Amino acid sequence: MDVELLEIRQHMGRFPPFDHLSDELLDEVAGKVEVAYFKAGSDILVLDQEVHELYYIRSGAVEVYRRGGELYNRLGEGDIFGHFSLLRHRRTRFPAKALEDTLLYFIPEAVFHQLCEADEHFADFVEVARPRLETAVEQQKKQNDMMITRVRKLVTRYPVMVEATTTVQEAARLITDYQASAVLVLDAPGDNPRYTFRDSEGRAWQVRGILTDSDFRNRVVAEGRPADTPVGEVIGGRLVAIQSDESVHEAMLCMLRNNIHHLPVMHRRSPVGIVHLSDIIRYETHSSLYLVSNIFHQSSSEGLARLTPDVHEAFVRMIEDGADSQMVGSALSTIGRSVSRRLLELAEQELGPPPVPYCLMALGSMARNEQSIVTDQDNALVLSDDFDPARHDDYFLTLAQRLSDGLAACGYAYCKGDIMATNPQWRQPLAVWKRYFRDWILDPTPERLLHSSIFFDLDSVYGDNMLVEQLQDLVASEAARHPRFLAAMARNALNRTPPLGFFRTFVMEKDGKHNNIINLKRRGTAPMVDLIRVHALACGSRAQNSFDRLDDIDRTQLLAPGVGDRLRYALEFLSMARIRHQVIDIKHERPPDNNIEPENVSDTERHNLKDAFQVLSNAQKFLKFRYPMPSRSH
Amino acid sequence: MRRIRPGKAPAIPGWPEYLSERAAAVRDPRLARFFTAGCPAPDTPIGEAPLVALDMETTGLDERRHAIVSIGLVPFTLARIALHERRYWVVRPPRPLSEASVAFHHITHSDIAQAPDLEEILEGLVAGLAGRLAVVHFRHIERPFLDAGVKARLGEGLLFPVIDTMSLEARRHRQSLLARFRRWLGRPPASIRLYDSRARYGLPVYSGHHALIDALATAELLQAQIATHFDPATPVGELWS
Repeated sequence: MDVELLEIRQHMGRFPPFDHLSDELLDEVAGKVEVAYFKAGSDILVLDQEVHELYYIRSGAVEVYRRGGELYNRLGEGDIFGHFSLLRHRRTRFPAKALEDTLLYFIPEAVFHQLCEADEHFADFVEVARPRLETAVEQQKKQNDMMITRVRKLVTRYPVMVEATTTVQEAARLITDYQASAVLVLDAPGDNPRYTFRDSEGRAWQVRGILTDSDFRNRVVAEGRPADTPVGEVIGGRLVAIQSDESVHEAMLCMLRNNIHHLPVMHRRSPVGIVHLSDIIRYETHSSLYLVSNIFHQSSSEGLARLTPDVHEAFVRMIEDGADSQMVGSALSTIGRSVSRRLLELAEQELGPPPVPYCLMALGSMARNEQSIVTDQDNALVLSDDFDPARHDDYFLTLAQRLSDGLAACGYAYCKGDIMATNPQWRQPLAVWKRYFRDWILDPTPERLLHSSIFFDLDSVYGDNMLVEQLQDLVASEAARHPRFLAAMARNALNRTPPLGFFRTFVMEKDGKHNNIINLKRRGTAPMVDLIRVHALACGSRAQNSFDRLDDIDRTQLLAPGVGDRLRYALEFLSMARIRHQVIDIKHERPPDNNIEPENVSDTERHNLKDAFQVLSNAQKFLKFRYPMPSRSH
Repeated sequence: MRRIRPGKAPAIPGWPEYLSERAAAVRDPRLARFFTAGCPAPDTPIGEAPLVALDMETTGLDERRHAIVSIGLVPFTLARIALHERRYWVVRPPRPLSEASVAFHHITHSDIAQAPDLEEILEGLVAGLAGRLAVVHFRHIERPFLDAGVKARLGEGLLFPVIDTMSLEARRHRQSLLARFRRWLGRPPASIRLYDSRARYGLPVYSGHHALIDALATAELLQAQIATHFDPATPVGELWS
């Protein structure tokens, strides 16, 4: 490598997509760049200019515009541009200007195409084969499969090992010194090559067996053996061990099958640790499955509230095990639903059975099975039409208060918009609820619907499910037939817009202004969910989950081919980014929120986020066009 | 017809004439090719002139006692620096390298031991320079060292016009009215060393003291100086010395 090119290759090697290139390719690129300086304010690319190079920003900043002069992107050190035109062999449609004094590297067309050929990651980044976002989401999924938890994850230290000639007293002393509960017993290699290995000094050993705490009781003391008995005489017959790449689940089954509490873990033929049954139990305690069953074992709302740290643990664990946003959303919703259910069961035990049938209705994220760790309670009671306020409302008010206070104690904040069953407006018989929905659908204005969109994600949680299902039927059959309603919903879905992207350590807005922080729910997932809801209502879908809704939308001609997938990938990426940053918050013992700070966003993540914002922005434009407000006379 | 430019220094006369005189008299065929190729006419706009950034590392500052150890060339124009056409040579100085200069450069005794003599690379060097206007930072190193080195070997020297980015910087920061006023106030003069000058134009920091990196750094500096203080139409005769 030419040492004089180190300056260039080291710089490029720090930024995507060059950061994944082999050293060999990187040298090749560095040796072929051309360089030029652009004064702030000068044109770099003008409209319709032929593009024969990839542009790389070595220092300074560049602004890229749309044909109409609207800001398209602001780029800084390490960013590239010009690849759109290069890939499509056409003149530039995005003029570029130096925002600051800028030094550019030019990578010749031939080298660019060579990189696309030679490096899949590079090609994905510049979107040769397929959109970058799709690739990013699938990479996350791929990690999933690899991350089925292996038993080696439970191994925290190397096993204590003794020779077969060691006395039981010496072995007991070692176990005490190391605060262990078992030792492995080694002998010269013999009959079993499966457990024969070489230690760090090259000596060959065979693992003969394991001696545990209980063996000292059962095989030494109870049988009256002297303290100088060699351990080799005490250990049992066949050794049961497990390979380190087996799953935790398999380890648990193995213990149950053989009725043992200690399981040596082997990497090929060498022992790497000992797993105890309690390690597995401790591990399982943090799984969401265990958590849900635990919720139903609680006998008081205080007991439920004490599970809140476990919910956070389970959340972090799921992400570390490679769960995607749908798995996380549905697990947290299941936990939320279980807590609600249990609170109502406990309240009923105390207050007596309900005077008339009712159903607890979840609204918003819980109804969509997309709950996050940062969530407030959005619920309502749908009562049987036999409900008589004078006679029955005291009961349901008390029930609603128990629920609401209990949820608040478990970390589900009171709803700021007062969409809770404690509000008499949202504690009504089915007939009244039907009237609410008909009013919203038949006589809509954007203002009236402003705070009502949440009611169009609805699902039953507990009680007489039929009550809520009737409302779901009503929405599914009526909404699609009322263009004014869809138009009003579409209008409101445009109230929250994504930013343009990131620039250095700022969030960049479409007007070029900078912010230090972005609320990824308000600016990303929520507007995405809003627009998917409008399309779902338009095609009469009964689904509540956004991904299920997209499946229903895909079965219609509502969106151009491929758009559904783009929305799916964008939503998945935005949701996961939000979740990942909540995990960061929890790990730093900060209360998790929906904000991300640009300085915590990796280069690759910011490129993907920018793409996701772009997908959202385009989808919002289409929404406006697809659901126009019909004039009154129609 | 000659245009009069009031207030601007007249082009220093004589470089094209000097080069054509040398072309007629020179004996060495390599130097003959160089002088025959000449240099751009003084009224050539800088934006159209073929340029070449030249940098050397030497064992010291005095061309009579010290020698060249490496040479870097990067051909360029105001629009583009053609890094892929770069040339770089390590050459063996006739006198041994001192420890101090080994530490200063990246070049070691063993690099030098295997390196060719300046004369062996002269053919490639003059090919890289011929027909292009050389750009250096601080002309009092590159030009006298090259001239002295060639003269010692061939009996005839190698002199040519150069654009000195340091003196362009000095025009701004040492000789301007504002600079003289600052001096009168007792303020320290702005540094016109290569990397301090680059910082004023927002150019990145490179690890210096490598002839090729410094040549690249000089080429970038000239692009920035012209974009900031001059015009691509400026005649090269106003810039060279």
